[in-house]
Amino acid sequence: MLTIDGNEAAATVAHKLNEVIAIYPITPASPMGEWADEWSSRGQTNLWGTVPHVVEMQSEAGAAGAVHGALQSGALTTTFTASQGLLLMIPNMYKIAGELTPTVFHIAARSLACQALSIFGDHSDVMTTRMTGFGMLCSNSPQEVMDFALIAQAASLEGKVPMLHFFDGFRTSHEVAKIAGLDDDILRAMIKPEWLAAHRANAMSPEHPVLRGSSQNPDVYFQARETVNPFYTRMPGIVQTSMDRFAELTGRHYHLFDYVGNPDAERVVILMGSGAEAVEETVDYLTRQGENVGLLKVRLYRPFDPDSLLAALPASCRRIAVLDRTKEPGADGEPLYKDVLAALAQDHVSGNSRFKAMPTVIGGRYGLSSKEFTPAMIKAVFDELAVEQPKNHFTIGIHDDLGQTSLAWDDMFRTDAHAETFQAMFYGLGSDGTVSANKNSIKIIGESTDWHAQGYFVYDSKKSGAVTVSHLRFGPKPIHSSYLIGDNDANFVACHQPVFLERYDMLDKAADEAVFLLNSPASPDKVWNTLTTKMQQQILDKKIRFYTIDAYAVAADTGMGSRINTIMQTCFFAISGILPRDDAITAIKKAVEKTYGKKGRKIVELNFKAIDETLACLHEVKIPNKASSDIQLPPPVPDSAPEFVQQVTGAIIAGRGDQIPVSFFPNNGGFPVGTAAYEKRNLALEIPVLDPDLCTQCGKCPLVCPHASIRSKIFPKSALANAPATFKSAPMRGKDFPAGMHITYQVAPEDCTGCGLCVDICPIRDKTNASRKALNMAPQPPLRAQERENWEFFLTLPEYDRRELKPTTIKGSMVFQPLFEFSGACVGCGETPYVKLASQLFGDRMMVANATGCSSIYGGNLPTTPWTTNAEGRGPAWNNSLFEDNAEFGLGMRLAVDKQEEHARELLLELRDQLDTNLVDAIINADQSDEAGIHEQRERVAQLRKALQNIASPAAESLLQLAENLCKKSVWIMGGDGWAYDIGYGGLDHVLASGHNVNILVLDTEVYSNTGGQTSKATPRGAVAKFSAGGKPTGKKDLALLAMDYENVYVAHIAYGAKDIQTLRAFLEAEAHDGPSLLIAYSPCIAHGVDLSNNHRQQDLAVKSGHWPLFRFDPKRIEKGENPLHLDSPEPSIPYKEFIQTETRFNMLFYSHPEDAEQFLQQAQEEVLHRYSYYRQLAELDWDEDTSIAATKAKTKQDKTEA
Amino acid sequence: MADLTTEYLGLQLANPLVPSASPLSKDLDMAKQLEDAGASALVMYSLFEEKIDYEEEHMARFLHEQAIGHSEAASFHPVPDNYISHQDEYLEQLHQLKTQLDIPVIASLNGTSSSGWIHYGKELQQAGADALELNVYYVAADPEETSRDVEARYINLLKDLRQHVSLPITMKLSSQFSSILYMAQQLEAAGANGLALFNRFYQPDVDLESLEVIPRLELSSSMESLLRIRWVALLHGRVNLSLAVTGGFHTTEDILKALLAGADVTHLCSALLQHGPEHLGDILADLKAWLEEHEYDSISQLKGSISQQHAIDPAAFERANYVNVLDSFSHPRGVRR
Repeated sequence: MLTIDGNEAAATVAHKLNEVIAIYPITPASPMGEWADEWSSRGQTNLWGTVPHVVEMQSEAGAAGAVHGALQSGALTTTFTASQGLLLMIPNMYKIAGELTPTVFHIAARSLACQALSIFGDHSDVMTTRMTGFGMLCSNSPQEVMDFALIAQAASLEGKVPMLHFFDGFRTSHEVAKIAGLDDDILRAMIKPEWLAAHRANAMSPEHPVLRGSSQNPDVYFQARETVNPFYTRMPGIVQTSMDRFAELTGRHYHLFDYVGNPDAERVVILMGSGAEAVEETVDYLTRQGENVGLLKVRLYRPFDPDSLLAALPASCRRIAVLDRTKEPGADGEPLYKDVLAALAQDHVSGNSRFKAMPTVIGGRYGLSSKEFTPAMIKAVFDELAVEQPKNHFTIGIHDDLGQTSLAWDDMFRTDAHAETFQAMFYGLGSDGTVSANKNSIKIIGESTDWHAQGYFVYDSKKSGAVTVSHLRFGPKPIHSSYLIGDNDANFVACHQPVFLERYDMLDKAADEAVFLLNSPASPDKVWNTLTTKMQQQILDKKIRFYTIDAYAVAADTGMGSRINTIMQTCFFAISGILPRDDAITAIKKAVEKTYGKKGRKIVELNFKAIDETLACLHEVKIPNKASSDIQLPPPVPDSAPEFVQQVTGAIIAGRGDQIPVSFFPNNGGFPVGTAAYEKRNLALEIPVLDPDLCTQCGKCPLVCPHASIRSKIFPKSALANAPATFKSAPMRGKDFPAGMHITYQVAPEDCTGCGLCVDICPIRDKTNASRKALNMAPQPPLRAQERENWEFFLTLPEYDRRELKPTTIKGSMVFQPLFEFSGACVGCGETPYVKLASQLFGDRMMVANATGCSSIYGGNLPTTPWTTNAEGRGPAWNNSLFEDNAEFGLGMRLAVDKQEEHARELLLELRDQLDTNLVDAIINADQSDEAGIHEQRERVAQLRKALQNIASPAAESLLQLAENLCKKSVWIMGGDGWAYDIGYGGLDHVLASGHNVNILVLDTEVYSNTGGQTSKATPRGAVAKFSAGGKPTGKKDLALLAMDYENVYVAHIAYGAKDIQTLRAFLEAEAHDGPSLLIAYSPCIAHGVDLSNNHRQQDLAVKSGHWPLFRFDPKRIEKGENPLHLDSPEPSIPYKEFIQTETRFNMLFYSHPEDAEQFLQQAQEEVLHRYSYYRQLAELDWDEDTSIAATKAKTKQDKTEA
Repeated sequence: MADLTTEYLGLQLANPLVPSASPLSKDLDMAKQLEDAGASALVMYSLFEEKIDYEEEHMARFLHEQAIGHSEAASFHPVPDNYISHQDEYLEQLHQLKTQLDIPVIASLNGTSSSGWIHYGKELQQAGADALELNVYYVAADPEETSRDVEARYINLLKDLRQHVSLPITMKLSSQFSSILYMAQQLEAAGANGLALFNRFYQPDVDLESLEVIPRLELSSSMESLLRIRWVALLHGRVNLSLAVTGGFHTTEDILKALLAGADVTHLCSALLQHGPEHLGDILADLKAWLEEHEYDSISQLKGSISQQHAIDPAAFERANYVNVLDSFSHPRGVRR
């Protein structure tokens, strides 16, 4: 037996049965590619003894193209994807199917981006491919994923119809379960050698050439299209034969349609995917209760075989509900519903139907984006089937008060499936190892008992301080519960972080006589008083046994640092009673040895010590006989927040998002900005404290803060009249400011994540004590209340007039208000300071096109988002289109703004005589190159609007609508290197070439950070990343050089942690450049394997080693006959090794493949030196000389443009 | 022709020139060149328990960080299946040196914990080291710890290790002991076979710009050899231990002085790093020439011939430097003032 998740199950079979695997990362399918890549890089062979070639492409479209080519050339080939990635494969899928090519694509089915992106599971993506000619086979559980991966491959090879093998994203792809493996003999028995031979014989070959991919005309295309019909007719039979053969080999028998339930059922639910598991559990229970219900699981959805469907349904069936996990807006029903309906209708008119009367069929939607689908909801569907006029086109699982589509359900309904199951829930942080410990526990229980096991892990949407809730089930019977553990159901609830006590009602989940485990620094006799009143009462009412441990103290005492996962895991086994205590402890120790044994004798010893110590430090709490606490859960957002924030944002934060009815939501995807400020997460253990006497007011701390949690403001001293006693400020230094002004640097104590970067960058040390700076970290809890009051006072201080500030200095620019604040980015994120800086400099006139990736997630993932407005209500207008099209999306914004500005000017001239002509001329000729110019233009436009209201004409009305475009708008196109270097490069290149005035910010982390650190073309040589487990063998693409070649593009390579003023200048110059600008920003990332408290050091090392040369290429200089390229960093001054040895992504290779690592290092060292010298030569070219290469090239380009 | 052989830690060596623990032994070619140039044995670079600990901690953190994710990224790096640690690398290099060189190879171990010393000591013995040099350096910075306590650390460590390792053991010491002779006797009693005098370590330096303390190690100079020569002269004949000098031995003259004072071998490092392995051959040739010129039959003949017990002025080795230096300006006895 194996304890693995659905993705690993699919990848296992796919890697065994293929020769070429083309991949591209996308959630939730990425792990399949990662496994395949990892196994190949370890030399793991396929069924035929060769190591599959795994290649990462630049996009899913690229992967599909490579798959097509490899298939046409005779290799067994596969790919893995989901969602929008699958959509990018559609064009090639038509081709692959049209050419009758056997292959299997494995899909972790996921929602499509519509009103919003969602990474979670439903069938929206796979349903869009049902016309491609691919067969579609659906798995409902990790076991089925493994089995169907094989069945699909066998059937495809035999039948020549390519197959889409899909399963529900997350619910199945990420559910860990104990499943039966498939050994090579089974695989071999399933795949007949002659099929493989036929596939190879069909390959393109100059030895026996055939032309494929011809272009056909009206005379023949149609007929040729119909040639494939016999293959589709045969395919269901082939799939069934394959399933039958599989049954002989494994004992697990599947059918195209599998019926379960009462053989004489009158009411039947039809669906496919993980939801079928929950329905099976419910049907099993209801049937035993005497209800005449049943379930039909659809396995093979395409080619759709109505005969098998009809044969599988009981003849007694009178009412059918078909459930679709997708939505087709504007259709009179979703796809599966219509297919079933058509099958029954055709059967009915045939006259040979087994049914006395044609059953009534209703269709409904459920489970979009992994929405919970529980037995209670399923029962509601069966109940609906029993009413006289059942509702058609219903929804289940939501409250639709808008269209009244939803069915009501009884939340209290339960099956008896869990009478013998042990259900456990764990509340942890992404960073405390709770999830990995739980995965480990499942393995331990799975491997040391006959029990079945299931694990599912729910993360919140933040990257810093992500909360994880683990749902674990163990029991003697197979577990079909494809839903979360519900209220009053958990036999064990663990809280791994005491701070959650004030955030979650976690004992709502606890069953009667459950065990509650709390990690708390409070002593066993005091811990009771740290609970809320509600929790205390729940412990009393449900007779919960309460245990506590100070896991962080145990970790510190035993040398484990802050790693508490083994400790909490030991507690779980010690008190849950799920295994005999001693057996469990032995098993944990064995697991520790397995994980660390080879890598660390001492780490094993420390873990053993921690395990033993844990048992001594775990205490059962004596429960008083009544609740005594007066602690209540604070509201998720303050009472002062706007109504929408209270009703929607607050409910989502509190974990009640499922209960929000449809009508509360905006129907076009628009959400209010500035909501991150409402969510006070209190993540920081320590926060910075200012010493205003030492501070020289340099402004570096607000610049580097990734979360905009430390800010500066300049204000008149008189404003201090109402200041709290502990509020700190100092008289303003410098001659740029009038006398009597004060400046403050204030921290937002509940938004700070405690990364310490502000203290790190602070250049000022106490002359008498070098360990003290002008900013110093101090524990947050004692400062929280005081600094909250100071922060609130800070917010009331007026913003300084932007016109009076010097944006060219760090000090001055940092007084601009950030309009990007408190994002959920990782602690110490290297990207957000750039984003925030742009929002400070240009936020009040900014439109942002944001490529999908980290920046779109911390920028736009609900519940709360960081983009916000200033006191006038102005702020960045932000949108995310897709991953691949961001440059084009931003260009579209520019085109619209420019067009509308042009039209506004036309109208203005048309209306000139009816308006104050001085005003019109001033507007037309306005110089908006600085803050004052923009301010004045805004005032003029306000005047214009007033005047226009008195003119009744269509032109005046139009101008009123378009007038805002007369004020400067700044378009920013932002995204990561995955977008800019790979999937979006074609578009980026086109936008650069277009010459339009857009600013492009590439947040270069040198990997696909959001999906877990996969290799991009920005990944440096020798770096270990996913899809480059053996170190990336090729160098980093030089995007800047490519862009500079256009010569009308402003290009800058920046790293604020190395030279902040150069970064600031680059932003200002990019904005000032009337044409495309490209800022490539070095962004240290958690995926580099560095502690991000060293973020600045890493930037500095990257620059000093030559890995990241700083420069600016300003086309403006060309006009003056000057060389446009200016190098801002000196020649590499430290060995490249000094940089790479500080980052795990590089130094890990020295442990795993030392010789390769050494060779990569040498090559990389040469490359950085060569690149610097090449840039230097470019920077030294004489552009004034008519005959210089550069000038000639520029001239040629100019001639071309003019021609 | 003079007999250059010497005995060190029970090993019969062709001459007293032994490259000390240094990066030179990391490179097999370099090690062979040293052997070809005449090195009579090789002390390997140190196996640092601290480095092993650091690696383990690094790996533990790495594995732990694999769990720090969010819904889209359960991890951030592929976990390597094979992993070559500092210890693996060291043992492999020891094995390679043993296979490819004919001269004895002395493994050097720099431990921090008692269990570490024993564990790694056993590993090195198993891997075929001819002897073990324990590179002990401890900065006694705890005001509660007495000088006796500090000495006991060394003694106990050696005693523990002696129970598990049968190889000859030499202790590489720091010069900062209140009583080096007493310490040497204690170590001998605890089972040491030799002493290497003295360690040179990174010293904290201050960066005047950042005000940070930065560890720094400069190459040695001949000046430093004098301290070693004094103590080897004081120890020779007083303890039944092999004696090696290390730190500041650059020239044939430096080496001759140490041998005269009583060293069994002289270690070279900085000089070889500066001038390459052939420098050892030059010294060896000069050494031979000097012995012949001065009509010595063998190294054993001259070894310890000016040690404190045999010195013309035994008290010279005991005098504090100040007096000694002043004294050197006094007139010869036969000269009238």
